[in-house]
Amino acid sequence: MNDIIVHGLEWTSKDLFTYPNEFIYWSIQIVMYPYMTGLVAGAFVLSSLYHVFDQKDLKEIARFSLVFSLALLPVAAMPLLLHLQQPLRAMHPLMTPHFTSAISAFGIVFLTYALIVISEVWFVYRRHFVEQVKELAGEKGFGLRMKRNIFQILTLGAMDIEPEFLAKDKKAVRILAGIGIPVACFLHGYAGFIFGSVKANALWMSPLMPVIFIMSAVVSGIALCMLTYIIIMEYKKLKAVMAKGMGDESVQVIRGAEMEVISKSSRYLMSFLVAAISLEILDLIFRGYTAMKSWDILRSVMYGKDFVNIFILQYGLGNLVPFIILVLPGRTLRRVTLATVLILFGVFMMRWNVVIGGQAFSLSFSGFMHYHLPIIPHSLETFKEGLGGVLLVLSTPYILFYFINKFTPSLGGQREG
Amino acid sequence: MKCSRRNFLQKSIYGALAVTLPLTAFKILSPGEAAAALKESNLRWAFLVDTRKCVGCGLCVKACKNENEIPYDTPVTRTWVERYVVTRDGKTRIDSPNGARDGFTSPEMLGEKIDEKEITKAFFVPKLCNHCATPACVQVCPVGATYQAPDGAVLVDRTWCIGCGYCIMACPYGVRFFHPVHKVAEKCTFCYHRISKGMQAACVQACPFGVRQMGNIKDPDDPVTKIIMSERVGVLKDEYGTKPHVFYLGLDERVR
Ligand code: SF4
Ligand code: SF4
Repeated sequence: MNDIIVHGLEWTSKDLFTYPNEFIYWSIQIVMYPYMTGLVAGAFVLSSLYHVFDQKDLKEIARFSLVFSLALLPVAAMPLLLHLQQPLRAMHPLMTPHFTSAISAFGIVFLTYALIVISEVWFVYRRHFVEQVKELAGEKGFGLRMKRNIFQILTLGAMDIEPEFLAKDKKAVRILAGIGIPVACFLHGYAGFIFGSVKANALWMSPLMPVIFIMSAVVSGIALCMLTYIIIMEYKKLKAVMAKGMGDESVQVIRGAEMEVISKSSRYLMSFLVAAISLEILDLIFRGYTAMKSWDILRSVMYGKDFVNIFILQYGLGNLVPFIILVLPGRTLRRVTLATVLILFGVFMMRWNVVIGGQAFSLSFSGFMHYHLPIIPHSLETFKEGLGGVLLVLSTPYILFYFINKFTPSLGGQREG
Repeated sequence: MKCSRRNFLQKSIYGALAVTLPLTAFKILSPGEAAAALKESNLRWAFLVDTRKCVGCGLCVKACKNENEIPYDTPVTRTWVERYVVTRDGKTRIDSPNGARDGFTSPEMLGEKIDEKEITKAFFVPKLCNHCATPACVQVCPVGATYQAPDGAVLVDRTWCIGCGYCIMACPYGVRFFHPVHKVAEKCTFCYHRISKGMQAACVQACPFGVRQMGNIKDPDDPVTKIIMSERVGVLKDEYGTKPHVFYLGLDERVR
């Protein structure tokens, strides 16, 4: 407990003059935090486009993205937990919230949002729960009895599935999804505010930050849903091919449905992408044009040591290339897959460039700091705030999805919900 | 029956929502507390640094690290001294090796040797927490672990800090860090444990040249207040609106 660790020393190297206490205090988990909340918010917005605005073309992916956003939900808070120096005190902001702080309301916003997502999933799947309970009635095996009990609990005792009650469910879903959109945007715009309001940081301080964060969040959320959807459908197709042979009708059906969902979603993806890029470019131009005191050092970071990260990896590879891929006629599944991967990468790079880039220069404007991501952990800290922690955060939603999906099947032809 | 179940569900959701509302949002002050909050304290600590007298010996840094138990060999420190060297070509070089804990023992700066004849001016600037009147660090702390005492001192509650680092990001002066042992936010306290007992801050006591002084800016007869009120003093980075309370005599425009 009493070992001496200077937080940040491990992964920061300094150049020219920096204050002695300056290190990269907000490291990789703070990159992951807005990235993961962005994915949650984006996935939810995608599903709401169907539930609220009746975008029928999104019906197939809407169910999936709703359940997936439920799986992503706990993961949005995980990076913060891994980042705290005193993780056991994580609940203190709920006990003594200090409301002038942008972080203090995180728990409240997050829990509100969680409540909305959970109840929406419940209303969508209530019918399924009830049907399962009825179907499994009288089963003898222990496993099946357990399963029935779980479903029984999940119904919360609301067993009626006459049409009038189902209609009420549907209305509830619609209302919840409707409230959910602003809350999802708030949850994420709020992450942007956490950065945008730090007046000491020349790169972060911008009123556009929350909006930029929301737009890129929606972009990344849609891209991730599409990608995961493609992978899962491909897997289904493969299974169908193995079982029934290449030419079977069911294989064709899956393929057709998949392509349709994907091309519809990519339209939404592109429009949000354009909005996100425009805002970011606006921010950049504005900084260059007003050229405040900090512009000298910002410019030397952006056009100098971070040039590759910002202009090649983020804007080029992460935005421009996938945009061209999506716009070009004759879209194929493989190309869309590539585009979504690139977009996910691009949004990650954007988070990286904001969080790490914002700490790349000294508050004295006279020196630089470089971040070296710990790859091989040799202590708890280098695991939590290193590659290990990243992989942990990235893999958790899939593990959760696997289990959640057992009870709320979200893939393939369910009945209208 | 059917409907009452729905009702029940509805009510429990409302109930759950109500429970999530933090009770502290409705904190009620006792009459005594309210009066105390309203009454102005007649003490406001302020710090005065006479940069013209500083020779960069680093005895203040040494004394601070020992007094406040900041592990001696770590690079982090509550106070430090910067060296500025301006050369004929208009360039400014700044350094602070190890926060100047051992003073400035080498004429080399950041590995560069500077020709003495090229130097037009050179000086030292001690730095510490400014105990700002509108501290950015207090504003952003999500749990209120960083707070301001009525006498202006900005302090950290080590038992309550969650270690999020938001205050470290928010301070424009870079005076904050994580304590290497306690793993909570740490910074200069003006030696609160000493000054509240009538003693001098460790750095003030250690400085052999009287560079560092402390006083009560609300007392017009305080010698330090007299200097601040009558001489030309400067503060650091006032553009951030933090209203710093460390005043500098002989502050150069190049100081960051
Ligand atoms: S100098 Fe920094 S740490 Fe000290 S009171 Fe001001 S903002 Fe807070
Ligand atoms: S690190 Fe501690 S003192 Fe600083 S903002 Fe977080 S909880 Fe508050």
